[in-house]
Amino acid sequence: MGLTHYLALAAALFLVGMAGVLIRRNSLIVFMSIEIMLSATNIVFAAYSRLHGDLAGHVFVLMVFAVAAAEAAIGLAILVEIHRLRRSVNVDDLNTLME
Amino acid sequence: MESHALDTSLRWIVLVPLLGAALNGLLLRRMPRRAAGLLACAAVGASFLLSVAAVVRLAGLEPHHRLLADSLGTWLDIAGVRVELGFAMDQLSAVMALVVTGVGFLIHVYSLGYMAHDPGFNRFFTYLNLFIFAMMMLVLGENLVMLFVGWEGVGLCSYLLISFWFNEEANAAAGKKAFIVNRIGDFGFLLGMFVLGAALLPHLGGGEGVFSFRTIAAHTHELAPWATAIALLLFLGATGKSAQIPLYVWLPDAMAGPTPVSALIHAATMVTAGVYMIARMNMVYVLSPTAMTVVAVVGAVTALFAATIALTQNDIKKVLAYSTVSQLGYMMLACGVGAFAAGIFHVMTHAFFKALLFLGAGSVIHAMSGEQDMRLMGGLRRKLPVTWPTFLIGTVALAGVFPFAGFFSKDEILWKAFSEGNPGLWVVGFLGAGLTAFYMMRLVVLTFFGDNRASEEVRHHVHESPATMTVPLVILAALSVVGGWLGWPHFLGGANRFEQWLAPVFEAGAGGHGADAAHGAAAHGAATHAAASTEWLLAAASLSLALLGLYAGYRAYVGRATLAGKLHAFAGGRPHRVLLNKYYVDEGYEASLVRPGYALSDRVLFRAVDTGLIDGLLVNGTALLVSITSALLRLFQNGKLRFYAYVFALGAAAFVLYLALTI
Repeated sequence: MGLTHYLALAAALFLVGMAGVLIRRNSLIVFMSIEIMLSATNIVFAAYSRLHGDLAGHVFVLMVFAVAAAEAAIGLAILVEIHRLRRSVNVDDLNTLME
Repeated sequence: MESHALDTSLRWIVLVPLLGAALNGLLLRRMPRRAAGLLACAAVGASFLLSVAAVVRLAGLEPHHRLLADSLGTWLDIAGVRVELGFAMDQLSAVMALVVTGVGFLIHVYSLGYMAHDPGFNRFFTYLNLFIFAMMMLVLGENLVMLFVGWEGVGLCSYLLISFWFNEEANAAAGKKAFIVNRIGDFGFLLGMFVLGAALLPHLGGGEGVFSFRTIAAHTHELAPWATAIALLLFLGATGKSAQIPLYVWLPDAMAGPTPVSALIHAATMVTAGVYMIARMNMVYVLSPTAMTVVAVVGAVTALFAATIALTQNDIKKVLAYSTVSQLGYMMLACGVGAFAAGIFHVMTHAFFKALLFLGAGSVIHAMSGEQDMRLMGGLRRKLPVTWPTFLIGTVALAGVFPFAGFFSKDEILWKAFSEGNPGLWVVGFLGAGLTAFYMMRLVVLTFFGDNRASEEVRHHVHESPATMTVPLVILAALSVVGGWLGWPHFLGGANRFEQWLAPVFEAGAGGHGADAAHGAAAHGAATHAAASTEWLLAAASLSLALLGLYAGYRAYVGRATLAGKLHAFAGGRPHRVLLNKYYVDEGYEASLVRPGYALSDRVLFRAVDTGLIDGLLVNGTALLVSITSALLRLFQNGKLRFYAYVFALGAAAFVLYLALTI
């Protein structure tokens, strides 16, 4: 198992996540897909950290976790509010950015 | 050092009328009429007195160094082109200055009476003063550029004054016509000036004003190859200003202005500017026989052509207008045959009697409550005891009857045309002179003889004009009698002092004509004697012709059966109709120039270029391009998060791809 395998796994996960963000309509699924993309990056961080024998990569992974957790909390709160207002969490209905 | 006397009064001759115009027009607009009129008259009067004083000083100098100069400094000094803001008075300017301010003053005084009831009284006098200012600038300018400034100034003033009663559409149109036709001529003038400058500049030393008349006179040798071009282009300007073929059409229409304006424009100022300019530039003209021939032929043809039109006009001022065109033709003819002094002589005498005739016509119109159609006049002899005799004096003076002023100047021109070897031109001028006598007598008979044909109401109001109007008439009448005696010719035992006086100015170029005169008849002996007998013969012929013309005019129109009726019957009235319609020249211009011009500006410039290209393609096209672009860009701003993310991802992918390919 070399670096390439880890990077390939990370790339595959990232693409899966990206596809989820681009294709799915349910905001919750979009959120989860973002988490997958973040995890893919974490794998890259961890792999390079190991390669260089340097702890900085691990620290970044922890920070990404923290940010992801915070994002999930705030994002879910926003989604709940949106659902309350609009009775929908379908991203195609949420085009108020246009205005 | 130059051999000329400094004289700072010259600037005041020019500037005092400007001051009058400025005070009247800008500062004291609410001034009472009497004061405004008197101020304007005083300004011109002061200018006249200063001119007289300057001429007296000038006459005190030695004949070949007669030049007064004044300079307000250097106007331009760019890339070797040096132009002085300077004034100069030599013998030629002196004559013109006296005529312009003198006759101008009389016209101002006359206007006090003529315009007394006009609501635009103050404005009128402002314009008149401005006119005199521009004309004096033209006459006293030390160089061609100053002359041109005055030249344009009188053009502007003629526009202002011709369309003085601008509420009438026709008057506004006449002013516009005068301005535009003159612009065409001025275009030629400017080109001529440019050619002259370009030809002269390489040959100049430092400190010489390139357009100064003295510089031009000193460098005629270098100018010789360009003389024809310069002379002809300048002559184009002169045909505009002095109403010669083909640019005379504005002058008859200029009758739309108040009558004193007609007198001022026709007699003393604007129209003589062309003749003055050619006389002033005589050193260039004599270099080019071609140009001289053109000037002489155009002058002679204009003289005859306009005289034939004057035969049939019914508007009293129109007859005089065509007469002016005709007389200007004589002046041009004189210049063209090298007799510049004779041309200027005619400018002077013509100023006297034509001003008299116009002011007399004004007096008649005043008496007839504004009527200008001679068919509705008649029998005014007894009603206008001052206007009538003075008008008759003007008529015989213009017709060229000895010993009135017109005889001397016109005969001098005809004699010069003949003696310079142009019998053809003499014949044309001779015929024109006969017609002049005829149409002037026709005018007199229709106006002053027979029964009054006006309506009862108008007839009841006929009255002689006030003293402000009649006194100038009397003075001008006196000048019309004696004004020609200055140039009493040799063959009648005189010395032609006028020609002697001007001789030094024209000596340089005129191949010694001036010098001949200066030396007097004695120097010539037998040749002069032989010439004198021919001159006697020609003078007798033209005097007889003038008398015959007057008599024929009297016989043809006195009584009820007028010649107009008989002419009308002749050849189905066609020749009469052609003359009455002025050879359809205006219609010709209308069809060949004006209407195509309108069509060009309407179809090509307005519809194709302005609305099509500029508005359509450039202005609205830009707007359309922006709106199309924005419509496309709007498609991208749909507010859909996934679409944004998609674009973002595509961008990222493209960036990665780019990195992968380049690294």
